[in-house]
Order: sequence, then structure tokens, then C-alpha cells
Amino acid sequence: MVLILFYTFAFLMLCTALLMVFMKNLLHAVFMLLITLLSLAAVYVLLMADFLAVTQLMVYVGGILVLILFGIMLSNRGDTIFIQSQSGNKIMGGLLSFMLFGGLVYIIARTHFSQLSWIKQSETFVSTGAKSTLHGIGINLMTNFALPFEVASVVLLIALMGAAFISSQIK
Amino acid sequence: MASIPLEHVLLLSAALFCIGVLAIVTKRHAVAILMGIELIFNAANLNLIAFSQHDPKLLQGQVFALFVIVIAAAEAAIALAIVLKVYQHFNTVNINEVDASQG
Repeated sequence: MVLILFYTFAFLMLCTALLMVFMKNLLHAVFMLLITLLSLAAVYVLLMADFLAVTQLMVYVGGILVLILFGIMLSNRGDTIFIQSQSGNKIMGGLLSFMLFGGLVYIIARTHFSQLSWIKQSETFVSTGAKSTLHGIGINLMTNFALPFEVASVVLLIALMGAAFISSQIK
Repeated sequence: MASIPLEHVLLLSAALFCIGVLAIVTKRHAVAILMGIELIFNAANLNLIAFSQHDPKLLQGQVFALFVIVIAAAEAAIALAIVLKVYQHFNTVNINEVDASQG
């Protein structure tokens, strides 16, 4: 059941991501990206990362996509209703990414990740019977990752102030 | 409940990464390139979470993925502010037409 759901969402994700690249209309491409991110959140749930799935929904789908939509709306000339996105280097770009994918598939097939010693010895969520990762992530953020957590908050503050400064400056 | 094979998740992540690279290389609209960058961030997150599946005690991969999401949010805000500034200055966001010697 988990495997069927995983392959379904993986297929949906790859199809919508490819459609996002080949869509002429930029707004349609944004909605394809929305479906890609939603199915990625579903895959996170299947990989026992429930907190990350909720964060994905809130930050990416709720935040970044709205930001991208604002960017598209505010940066078109207003002469056309449909915002077209031109593309170039189609043959070379396709060849490059296809060769990159071939190389990655070759490496993944050669490495035998599931035969690695620490993965073979490790216990998974199924064997420990853990229900939610929220407790573990909370403990980790306040103990082992306390400094990165604080630095991330400062980075977010500086980024928001910088974005407001850049976009409001009068030349 | 069977767990998902690690190699299949890694292959999915590799495919997502390559589609992101394709979007960055072929698109000319700046916002479309940003969408390709978001795809690459998500592929990296998928890798981290796939390995964190075998680490239920420490969950370091998931915590790291959380930081990646935070940095991606900051990057999107800054990049879209820069896109708006470029649009105000050059009146276009097509990166082939954005040229400092013409503006």
C-alpha cells in the first residue's frame, strides 16, 4: 500500500515537474509547481517525516508560491493577459540534463546504498514503532542544533529586511 | 508496513534535480529560473529525508531539511525583490535582454 502510494505520487511529481518546464504560460507553470510541491509533501508523509510535510505545505505552498505569483504579477508589462515564458538552448539544455541524470542513475546503481553498513545496522521507524517525529525534532532543535536555529532566525530577519529595502529603494 | 526502498527515493530525487537544471538552463524568464531553483532545493530535501528514514533516534537529516527550507524561503524573498528591481530598471525580466550597457 505504501509502495503503491509512493509510486503514484512520484509519477505525479515527475509529470507535473516536466509540464512545469514545458509550459508556455507562466501562470500554468506555477500551478504545475504547486501540484509538484503537494505531491512532494505526500512523499514526505510516506517517508515518516510528518513535521517536514506540514512545514512544506506552509512554507512552500503557502509562502513561496504566493511570493512567486506576486513576482509574476508585478513584473509583467501588462500588454498581454497570458504571461509567456520563452525558452532557449532547448537541445543543449535537454542533452545536458539528460546526461546529468544518466550519470546520477549510474552512480546510484553502482553504489548499492542499501548495502551500506550503517543503513543495514540501523533501525527504521517501522522497527522502533515511532508514530511522530515532532518530539525528536523539537528536542534536537533545542539541544544539538540550538545555535543553527538562532542563526536561521537572524538570517530570516536580515533577508526580510533586505528584501523590503531592495524593493522599496528609490533610484 | 513495508518501507520504501532507498534507491527509488534517490532516483526520484535525481530526476527532480535534473528537471530543475533543465528549467534553469532553458528558461529565459527570471521567475521561471527561480522555480527551477526551488525544484533543486526540494530534490536536496528529499535526499536528506530519505537517509533520515534510517536514523529514527537522531533525526539529523530532517532537522537539516528544516534549515534548508528556511534558507529557501529567505532566498525566494531576496531573489524576487531583485527581480522587481530589475523590472523597474530595465522594464523586462527576460534575462537575455537585461544588459547593463543598454539600460
